[in-house]
Amino acid sequence: MSSVNICQVSKRYGEVVALDHVSLTFGEREFFGLLGPSGSGKTTLLRSIAGFVEPTSGQILMEGTDISRVPTYKRNVGMVFQNYALFPHMTVYDNVAFPLSVRRVNETEIRKRVSEILELVQLSGYDKRRPRELSGGQQQRIALARALVSRPRVLLLDEPLGALDKNLRQRMQIELRQIQREVGITTVLVTHDQEEALTLSDRIAVFRKGEVVQMGSPDEVYERPRNAFAAEFFGATNFLKGRAAGTQGKAGVVALDGGEKVLTLDPLPEDGQAVTITVRPEKFAISAASGAAVGSDEAINNLPGEVLQPVYMGASVTYRVSVAGTELTVFQQNREAQRFQTSDKVNISWRACHSIALDQS
Amino acid sequence: MPYVRPLVSYGYLGTVLVFIYLPILIMMAMGFNQSSSYELPFHFDLVWYEHLSANEVLWRAGRNSVLLALASSAVSSVIGTMAALAFARYRLRGQVVLQLLLFPPMAMPWLILATAMLIFFYYSGIGRGLHAMLLAHVALSLPYVIIVVGARLRSFGQDLEEAAATLGADPWQTFFRVTLPMIAPGVAAAALFAFGISFDQFVTSYFLSPPGVSTLPVEIYASIRKGFTPEINAISTIIIIVSMLLLAVVSRFYRFGGTQ
Repeated sequence: MSSVNICQVSKRYGEVVALDHVSLTFGEREFFGLLGPSGSGKTTLLRSIAGFVEPTSGQILMEGTDISRVPTYKRNVGMVFQNYALFPHMTVYDNVAFPLSVRRVNETEIRKRVSEILELVQLSGYDKRRPRELSGGQQQRIALARALVSRPRVLLLDEPLGALDKNLRQRMQIELRQIQREVGITTVLVTHDQEEALTLSDRIAVFRKGEVVQMGSPDEVYERPRNAFAAEFFGATNFLKGRAAGTQGKAGVVALDGGEKVLTLDPLPEDGQAVTITVRPEKFAISAASGAAVGSDEAINNLPGEVLQPVYMGASVTYRVSVAGTELTVFQQNREAQRFQTSDKVNISWRACHSIALDQS
Repeated sequence: MPYVRPLVSYGYLGTVLVFIYLPILIMMAMGFNQSSSYELPFHFDLVWYEHLSANEVLWRAGRNSVLLALASSAVSSVIGTMAALAFARYRLRGQVVLQLLLFPPMAMPWLILATAMLIFFYYSGIGRGLHAMLLAHVALSLPYVIIVVGARLRSFGQDLEEAAATLGADPWQTFFRVTLPMIAPGVAAAALFAFGISFDQFVTSYFLSPPGVSTLPVEIYASIRKGFTPEINAISTIIIIVSMLLLAVVSRFYRFGGTQ
């Protein structure tokens, strides 16, 4: 059963297209990440679900009913804003009780539910405080409690952790996910932080210029990016450009512009057509050029290269390596005995299944 | 000589303050002097306050002034706050022009505005009287109210109102439970401002007062022309003390506003 359906939603501001026929389905209890650079349309979509933006065309269905023309206050959505938007003139208690008191829930019930939800976010006993007397993380949790207390049908998170420092952000990510599971509420997260999207989401939609360029589980969008934009958006990656050149066993062959051959298990276009292969830096193995090639079976790629620059990063070493006329970024886990220096001759190898052929767009 | 600098500053500031306050202090003192023609030596006496308390005309004018100022303040705060909300929270066609049009009335001499109003009220059949003065005072106060409340509204984002909407508050609940408490210090300051503009207003009230109806400034002016007694000093002293108290209230509101 699906809880929110986005059907062909478009939003135009004059000539500017903020959303271009976006269709998405958020499942019951699903944590769905909307990811993209600023101006890609992810926030516009979130604000359309909240009711602050009226779509130019298309429908937003919530549990089967079209809500795209229903005013915000009748939608029963919970939302956590980037700056929390806590009411500064009210105490924590009054903030959290607000959604109940505007719905004219009786006083006993309000008191019970506020104390329940404050317990859930581990802030019991903070009732009398003002928002400005709380730390960033505490304010964030109060905002979450306030958004959840009326048991909304969907929880909307607009860069909810953006204002927190890195350590606190990571702690809050875990906590947020825990609370979301406990409450069992469909949740839509807007973020430009790919790591946050990967950590929190069951599924992710990657936005670009008002369109969804890829959608899938964190694993899918990271491991199998469909195009260069999605590949680059999720962390570092490398591109190898060439042309389709037949097959070798089960693998397709891509002849790089420099003449080297690269194997991939992805389907390739007709021979002679341009192909871009992407490989994540951690998929490479780096070894001394003199040593034997790592595994010589047909599903392994081996290319000679020269180290341009090693960068020590603690848990790993990042090498810039010149291979086949381009520069590659290669991660080496910091457990290998052998490290390489500038202008060392090396061998770069990776499995054919890690050569991802991208859509040409 | 490091002590010269503070000495010069104190001397300078002292001179400025004397320049401002000396005439007022003398005026207040003369209200307590026995002589009806401001003759010295000074003889302390409350005789002019006694006269004042029996002066029906001045009291009636004073009552008119206070009622008019209260009404004008209330009306212009409500209308002005609504207008400020529209300016701050909606994108309207021609908004910039509309907003710029708020400023000329504040720069225009009141004498000219009052003349325009007198002529307009005459031809439109509104005529003269307290009702006409109320209209005029509200019109004069509105730009100030809109600007003061607007500044307060812009000091916090639309986020709070959007948050209230997602939490189930309808537009009325959002206004009364979120927006109004947030802008209350601004509205209060604007209301006091509007009260002051009306209470101080001489030109428009003078033009728009029919025979037999007047406000305090108009009455004071009239008595000065007739040849006056220190009763005027007495009433002026009372007005000054009341304004000082109002000012103290305003400054408290501003301090509250600052801490939020």
